[in-house]
Amino acid sequence: MLTGIDWTIMIVYFVFVLGIGLALRRYMRTSTDFFLAGRAIPAWVCGLAFISANLGAQEVIGMAASGAKYGISTSHFYWIGAIPAMIFVGVFMMPFYYGSRARSVPEYLRLRFDEKTRGFNAVSFAVMTVFSSGISMYAMAKLIQTLHVFDAPIQRLGLPPSAVFHAGILVSALVVLAYIFLGGLSSAIYNEVLQFFLIVAGFLPLIFLGLRNVGGWSGLKTRLTADYTHSWMGMGSAHTNRLGVEWFGLAMGLGFVLSFGYWCTDFLVVQRAMAANSMSAARRTPLIAAFPKMFFPLLVILPGLIAIALPTQRSSPIASTHGVAVVAASEGQGIIPPKIDPITGGPLRDSKGTVQLDYDLAIPNMLLHYFPTGILGLGLTALLASFMSGMAGNVTAFNTVWTYDIYQSYINPKASDQHYLWMGRMATVFGIGLSIAAAYMANSFNNIMDMLQLVFAFVNAPLFATFLLGMFWKRTTGHGAFSGLLAGTLTAALHNSLTLPVGASVGIKGGWWRVVHTYPSEMAQNFWTAIFAWTACFLVTIVVSLLTRPYEEGRLKGLVYSLTERPRSQHLPWYQRPEILAVIALAIVVLLNIIFL
Amino acid sequence: MKLDIRLPLGLLFVVFGLLLGGFGLAGNQAIYDRSLGINVNLWWGVVMLAFGLVMILMGRRGARLAENSSESPADEVVVRATSKH
Repeated sequence: MLTGIDWTIMIVYFVFVLGIGLALRRYMRTSTDFFLAGRAIPAWVCGLAFISANLGAQEVIGMAASGAKYGISTSHFYWIGAIPAMIFVGVFMMPFYYGSRARSVPEYLRLRFDEKTRGFNAVSFAVMTVFSSGISMYAMAKLIQTLHVFDAPIQRLGLPPSAVFHAGILVSALVVLAYIFLGGLSSAIYNEVLQFFLIVAGFLPLIFLGLRNVGGWSGLKTRLTADYTHSWMGMGSAHTNRLGVEWFGLAMGLGFVLSFGYWCTDFLVVQRAMAANSMSAARRTPLIAAFPKMFFPLLVILPGLIAIALPTQRSSPIASTHGVAVVAASEGQGIIPPKIDPITGGPLRDSKGTVQLDYDLAIPNMLLHYFPTGILGLGLTALLASFMSGMAGNVTAFNTVWTYDIYQSYINPKASDQHYLWMGRMATVFGIGLSIAAAYMANSFNNIMDMLQLVFAFVNAPLFATFLLGMFWKRTTGHGAFSGLLAGTLTAALHNSLTLPVGASVGIKGGWWRVVHTYPSEMAQNFWTAIFAWTACFLVTIVVSLLTRPYEEGRLKGLVYSLTERPRSQHLPWYQRPEILAVIALAIVVLLNIIFL
Repeated sequence: MKLDIRLPLGLLFVVFGLLLGGFGLAGNQAIYDRSLGINVNLWWGVVMLAFGLVMILMGRRGARLAENSSESPADEVVVRATSKH
């Protein structure tokens, strides 16, 4: 299926990726160069890296899958679940992250609070990044295997078809390892910019061809039911829309708690802004990122909608989880095949007998459906690029938090800067080693990975309450923050143990203590877990802070809103002023919501 | 940072543009059935080539400006004016 031109494109891309690492190698003189890119990156580069680090393969594949499953409502994950938080972190929070000269988010927590709050955040974050990069590695290798596009060269080498999985993991891990080892965060950021443009270049022609085929947006509307193409239809109640969640849960759970918790506190994205060359560039980073981000639904969700709207395939030129699934393909919808029951070989059905569709194959099947050889190589390279940018984001965040917040803080505090630079490179090697181990663990023990992800969700849910109080209420104390985080995490676990999404069985999905409430969907359960966790953390932090001794104000300068000088931006031209960019971004998002109402 | 990312980015897109565009011109036209009869390799190759060239031009202009501003800023206009000859 792939010909010489496709391979050439892929190889050229790998050469460029490694070349950037090599070119940056000679600038890596101090640990600041390696971990913070010397704080010398222009705002637009940081901005594109900011979204690219988040744009892993799971995002691309997952959003198209949601598009096929839920329709245009998936864009809430962007317009509600990302843009407002990105604006907030740029306008209000970046002055503290960048201004405090903290080298990482956990380090900010130590400056603002105390050692235990930092330790809790640093350790949970470090473990989480390693596992998420492992899980995405696993997902990608699995997908490559499913597509069967790399089978031919593997066979020519005399290896069994299952070697595609191992080769996928090994090659991508080695490439990411090489370019981060050589050029640190600068190399990751520069490659993320490359990856950003490549992803756009690989998917834009897909949208063009797909829309042309179905007769544009209006043609798409006539092929699908109305709830597929209207993002706010039936959001009044959880039972009248495809997402299975009502507007309040969506706005509070996704739009406030989860989204602000991720975009405003996750070091993986914040690190990109910390690398900027000035305070105003750091503040502009998430705002510049917001503009392409708000149009991403067109790029990643629309393919899912088109995939489901196409006439259902009878004979299968498309990928499915089994090579033998040609017979079952007619049970699919559009070019999305059904999931295959590994025992019977027939389509997988739920308890009501409805066929379960393998939505994750929406994007890959769109590529195979529309792209001839040549541009197919470009599309696959874009997929690989998105995978590597997501993984590199995790790895660079891991090596920094490991070296500064764990190694330098608790293991070896008095070493030379050269030693920490060396440790950063070592951390890159063993971070990727651990990710590979996690990928194989996901392959053999899927339940353990599901459980770990659940635990991470509990730890992450309350985080934003801690940062919000820490940055905007000077009375917040370290004891308050730490007990709030614990209370929030426990509340999340408790809420999960007492509730269950409808149709799910007791266990990893919840209800493992007893079921006192049933949610109409898993999404609704997740959002409400977050809302409860955040509220618990918020309240406990306030109460414990009031009961403990306040910090002296001198210590909090530059760390808390009321004790920090406002950054000035009046001298900048209008297009560089964070406040003006924020207003423009918000206005466009409102407009987009109205258009797709 | 000394390296302007627009240069490698532009170069990558120029190479991809030439590869795709060249293949679209020379290759078998029967493969374009699936892309609705559109020679998507040729057209997208041209678009990528153009984008790559713009990036390279911007990167070189940026490098020139940075070089000039590191000297005394008052000379900037003069240096740019003379460099045109």
